[in-house]
Parts: sequence; C-alpha cells; structure tokens
Amino acid sequence: MAIDLSQFHQVFFEESIEGLDTMEAALMALDANNVDQETINVIFRSAHSIKGGSATFGFKSVSEFTHDMETILDQVRSGRRNISPDDINIFLQSVDCMREMISLIQAGEEGDTEVASSLKETFSAMLTAGDSGKSNKNGLDEGAQRNNSEDVARPGNPHEKVRQWQLEFIPGEKILQTGNDVLRLFRELAEVATVRSVAFAGELPGFSSLDPLACYMTWRLELETSAPADDIYAIFEWVEDESEIKLAEIKPAIEVESKPDIKPVKPVASESTSIRVAIDKIDNLINLVGELVITQSMLGQLGADFDVRKLPRLNEGLGQLEHNTRELQESVMRIRMLPISFAFSRFPRMVRDLGSQLGKSINLVMLGESTELDKTVMEKIGDPLIHLVRNAIDHGIEMPETRLQAGKDKEGRLTLNAYHQGGNVVIEISDDGKGLNREALLEKAIEKNILSEDESLEMSDDQVFELIFSPGFSTAKTVSDVSGRGVGMDVVKRNIQSLNGAIDVSSEKNKGSTFTIRLPLTLAILDGQLVRVGGNIYVFPLVSIVESMQYDKHKVNKIAGGCEVFSLRDDYVPIIELREVFDVAEEKKEGDSALMVVVESGGEKTGIVVDELLAQQQVVIKSLEKNYKKVEGVSGATILGDGTVALILDMPGIVKLKSWESSQQRQPIHAVR
Amino acid sequence: MAKILAVDDSASMRQMVSFTLSSAGHEVTEASDGVEALKVAKSRNGFDLVISDINMPNMDGIALIKELRQLSDFKFTPILMLTTESGAEKKGEGKSAGATGWIVKPFNPDQLLATVMKVL
Repeated sequence: MAIDLSQFHQVFFEESIEGLDTMEAALMALDANNVDQETINVIFRSAHSIKGGSATFGFKSVSEFTHDMETILDQVRSGRRNISPDDINIFLQSVDCMREMISLIQAGEEGDTEVASSLKETFSAMLTAGDSGKSNKNGLDEGAQRNNSEDVARPGNPHEKVRQWQLEFIPGEKILQTGNDVLRLFRELAEVATVRSVAFAGELPGFSSLDPLACYMTWRLELETSAPADDIYAIFEWVEDESEIKLAEIKPAIEVESKPDIKPVKPVASESTSIRVAIDKIDNLINLVGELVITQSMLGQLGADFDVRKLPRLNEGLGQLEHNTRELQESVMRIRMLPISFAFSRFPRMVRDLGSQLGKSINLVMLGESTELDKTVMEKIGDPLIHLVRNAIDHGIEMPETRLQAGKDKEGRLTLNAYHQGGNVVIEISDDGKGLNREALLEKAIEKNILSEDESLEMSDDQVFELIFSPGFSTAKTVSDVSGRGVGMDVVKRNIQSLNGAIDVSSEKNKGSTFTIRLPLTLAILDGQLVRVGGNIYVFPLVSIVESMQYDKHKVNKIAGGCEVFSLRDDYVPIIELREVFDVAEEKKEGDSALMVVVESGGEKTGIVVDELLAQQQVVIKSLEKNYKKVEGVSGATILGDGTVALILDMPGIVKLKSWESSQQRQPIHAVR
Repeated sequence: MAKILAVDDSASMRQMVSFTLSSAGHEVTEASDGVEALKVAKSRNGFDLVISDINMPNMDGIALIKELRQLSDFKFTPILMLTTESGAEKKGEGKSAGATGWIVKPFNPDQLLATVMKVL
C-alpha cells in the first residue's frame, strides 16, 4: 500500500519542537548530583520520540544524531552512567542543535549542520569512555542486525533453490497467555513454505493438574521452501525465547546478504501554522452554539405568528440572543489565547546561559504563567521581553561581590510576573539589582543634547527614567554582546505601542528596577466607550479612561500659551475639545450637556470634552490603514449596530496631536467617513 | 475489518499508525498513553489487537500490557509493542508482561501492515 508519509511531517515537526522544549525544561531542572528518575525519564522519552519519529519519517540526519544521545540517556536512566553538569550543558547544546536541524528540514533543506557532527563526535567519545568503565550490554548490535534481517530476503527469491526442512516446534507452556496462537504461526509458515506434513506430539498432564490456559502440545513439520532459514526463524521470532524451535536442514543454509532499505525523502513544500486548543474550549464552544440554535428557533417560532402581546417574550429572546452572542464571541477569542508560559518558557535557559557567561548567579522567579494572551500578541511580545530580561541581567543585577558588599544576597533575583488587570495583560520584569542611576541618565541626556541642564533640574524621577526609552540612549559604559548598543529600549517601546500596549519603568537605587508592560488581551476586539460629538460617534478605548464628569466651565483656567486646564481636585489637567480636533461643523445644541472624559496616556492625564456619553460596548477593530490610510490620532474604525462607521481614537495620538497643534498652526483632522 | 487500539504518546507516530491501519480498512481507536488506553480498553471491549509504544508518560507500555492481561477481555488478545533497535531488554520485559510480539521502529506502513496481518 502506498501511503504518503509526508502528510505526517508537520505533526512530527510540531511535536518535536514541543518535545525539545520539554526536554530543555527537564534538563534545566536536572540536578547532576541528585538525578531525579522522573526528570531523566522525561528527557529520555523526548529524545526517544524524536528519534523514533525522525527514523520513521526518513529524517536520517536527526535520527542519527539522536541515536547516541538516546543510548547515553538510557544508560543514565538505568543507573549505568553518571551525569555531570558538563553533560547537561552538552545536552542543552544538543537541544539547540536539534531545533536548528528540524527547522532546516522544515525549510526543505538537509538537516546536517557542523554543530551536529561535532556534538555527535562528543557523544561517541562519551560512549566509548563509558564502555571501558562499566559493563555495558544493551544489545545494540544484535538489535540492529535483526532490524536489517527483517528488511531483506522476501520469500521465494527466484535465485534461491528449493530446499527441504524438518521443523520441530515445542512451544512454551505460557505461549497462549501472550496472545500468540500456534495456528497463526503455521498460517505464516504456509506463506513462506509449503507445509508437507504436520505431526502432533507432546504429552497432556493428568486432568486434575491440567492448566486450561497452558499449551501442552508440540509439533513436527516438514517444509519445502526456497526461502532462507532466517525467514522461517523470523516467523517464530516472538516466541523463540520461551519455545524450542529446531530447524533441521537437509542442505546447508546459504548466507544471507543484507541490503538496507532506502527511502527517498520528499521535502516539505510549505509551512503551515496551527494552534493547539484545549478540548474544554472547544466543548464550551459547541455548547454555546447549541444554545444559540435554541434561541434562534425560539425567536423563529415567535416570529411565525407574532402579535403585540408577545412583545415581552420577544425582548426576552433578544436578550438571550445578545447573551449567547457575547459568550460565543468570548469563547471564540479564547481559542486564540495561549498561556504566557509559551513566551516565558525560553527564559530559564536564557537566564542560566547569560548568568554563567557574565559570572552572575541569578534566581529566576516566574509567576502567573497560566495567564492567557492572544497568540499574535504573544508572538510579538517575545523579542521585547528578551531584550528586557537581557538588560536586567546585564545592567541591572550586579556581580556577586558587588552584591555582597551592598549587603544583598549573592544570588540576584529576576522576577517575571504576568496577570490580568481589567481588559489588559500586565507583564512585570523586575530585578533586585542596582536600579537606574538618575545622575548617570541625566548626564547622558545632556551630553546627547536630549535635555538642557536647566530642564534636568526640574525633572521627576519618573521623567528621568522615561529617558531610557529615547532613541539612541545607552548608559552602559561598554557595549557588551549580551545587551544591545543603545538601539534597544526605544524599539522595545515602539513594538509594545504598536500592540496598543504601554511600558513603564520604576526604579529605586540599590533596590532594583521594574518594567511594567500593559498589553490588550487581543488585537481584534476592544472594550469601547461610545461618545457623541455633534452628529458623530467616536469610540474611546475603555482602558485609557480614568473617569468621566460634568464639564464645569468655572473650573477651567487659561494659562500661558493659550492652553486651557481644568482643575481636577488637587490637580490641573489640560483639556482638549474633541469638537475642535475633528473640526465638527455642527454647533453645540441647546441642552447638550457637556461632559469631560479624563484619559491617561504616558502617565499624563488629559480631559477630553465631548457632547454625550453613550453605551459601553465591545467593538470589532477594523484596520483603517488597510481600508483607507493611516490617520494620526485614530487607531482604527468599527461598524456599529446600525451599520454606521465609528472611529476608534488613539488617545496618546490625540494628545500628541493636540500638543503639537498648540505649538504649530492649528490643523484639524477631517473625519473619515 | 479488525478493531485495533493504537497507543503512542507521539502524535505523528499515532497518526501514521492509525492512518495506515484505517486505510487498510481497520477500525482504529487512538490513545496517547497507558492510562488513557486502559480506560478505553475497560470501557469498550471487542478489540482484536492492541499496538502500543513502550516509552510513554503516566503509564508506560509494559505496565499497560500487564494491566490489559488482567482483564478477561484481553487475556488472549494480540498485543504488539513498538520498540527500537536499542530496546533489546525491553522486548524481554514486554514479553514477560504478556506482549505477543513487537514491531521494530523505524517501520514503514507496509511493514506495519505485514506485521499486523501476522496476528489477525
């Protein structure tokens, strides 16, 4: 039967990558001095599965690579070999190497790499070294040979002569209890050879001592076949240990030549991405669809003969429909959600490697790993996170001696914490290192002409720390290859902002720094506050709103530069008239109660004056860039229930626009319709 | 044709085994480890053959075979284990646990079908 094995390749790649992740995590957890049996089992199983799969699907480079590795792991597992911290490092390198091999193969190339061959040499050196010390009999050769013999010499080779055999078969008493069946064995035999005669022999014990599950019979057969003796033995391979198989040959057996089975490997044409979804999410979805169907049929019935008395039931049905739809929407979104451990999982390894490279000892604490995040967001947050972790290790955490002098624990602490807050996912990266140095930052900023000396005196700590996000800003004395060359933090900030997220830093001298990243749960849906200005409806992202209040003209003060500020409790916030920003032509109508929405962006509050607050609702974000063009201050658009389009406002953009406007010529945006 | 229970923790191997056997007209039930396989075996009977990997999390193939042989429905059912060439001692272990035979990895679909035909 011709079965195209390439259809299983994608699954194999995915599970191998997963297996490598598991293996890496287990290797990290492995303590060379006190080997935990289950941990080493996990490592062995991963290597074993990858080897089995790669051999089956014809990825010879991978299966050859994993072969010796598996043998070594098997020896460790069965206590015949000790493992040293160096060995663990070699295995970790192998994990990286296999990742690379698999991605090469995935791209349709040969999997062989230089690293692989050098690691392979290391493994065989380990094996030879181990052999001399301990008795190591794992039947490798025997097994390999047997494997070959199965592939070769099918029955009835034309150039083999027909020979006569006498076969005596004395099965073990327990043969039936392993599910073997003498009849089936003979049936197999009949396919390779002509069975000339079958004779029963053997003795039955007395009835009282007879075990009904045992086999007491023996057989003597005469065969005629052109197949080699090995083929006959092969039939009894599964029972040969407990049974006696005597094959008496009338002519001497002929040497069996072996030919390895070569399978052509077809490269994978394209890579598809898939997502693994927990079954409970799917079940929940199916359940919801069921409820939706019920609601629909209920409403359908109601509509078939409707009169006004049924109005309450209609409303009830519509309410239920709304409820169903919302839940369905949430469930569908949840499918795209993955636990953040996907992004966190690479850090234990990275921290360990960086720590040993820099001579720092670091304890990584990860919290909230099950916090879920949209897959796309997750993919895009990976690099910024790596950068922040690197920075924390390189610049934040001090050398062990310095830490001891400062009265701290020798071991630095790096904490990754993720949690949900409102509609956001918050990720915190904190270290207990030396913290940001205000003086050094200011000095650098003045040197780079980002600030004047006068300005620097008035700045709060938070404002000073914000400077690290400025383009081209680096305070590191020397550029190391661990963290970047001052091109990093501004890029980190930009990447996070492009995800509709925000990043803040707080720091205390000698106590450490904390970077806080806020990200939306998903990029497709937004919790919005609808507001009206004149005849237009706009959407404010709910996360950016601090509070809303009556716009009391008496609390407005004009300050120098023509700017208006609102006195909000003990504070003054600048105000922006949305009407002016969008140049809404309609004048405010009599009775329009002016309201002010206080929004926060970049740590600054701003009051935005609107005519009316409407409903809060989830809106599906449609890209304005794709459908029209990028508009400053507008992050996208959505379609409302009545079919009209509303713009989703980008609060930082609006604030920036306004402050730019007040210094330049006034240039309102013309609303897109 | 035959009802077969295929047990392997590796999804690609399981799919390959399952697809091959289904293409040959067999009815295949999949399980990803010993615990799951045992649950399936207890809840549904009438399997003509069990094919199981050895190295699996939770419950490995050897333990699974021992457990299955305790069940009256599986007393004589052929059970094949998937082994690798380096698992010579595993074969012995499997046999004493009650395995009928083995298929050596790597195998191709044809080899699998040929082996399966030996016990059906």
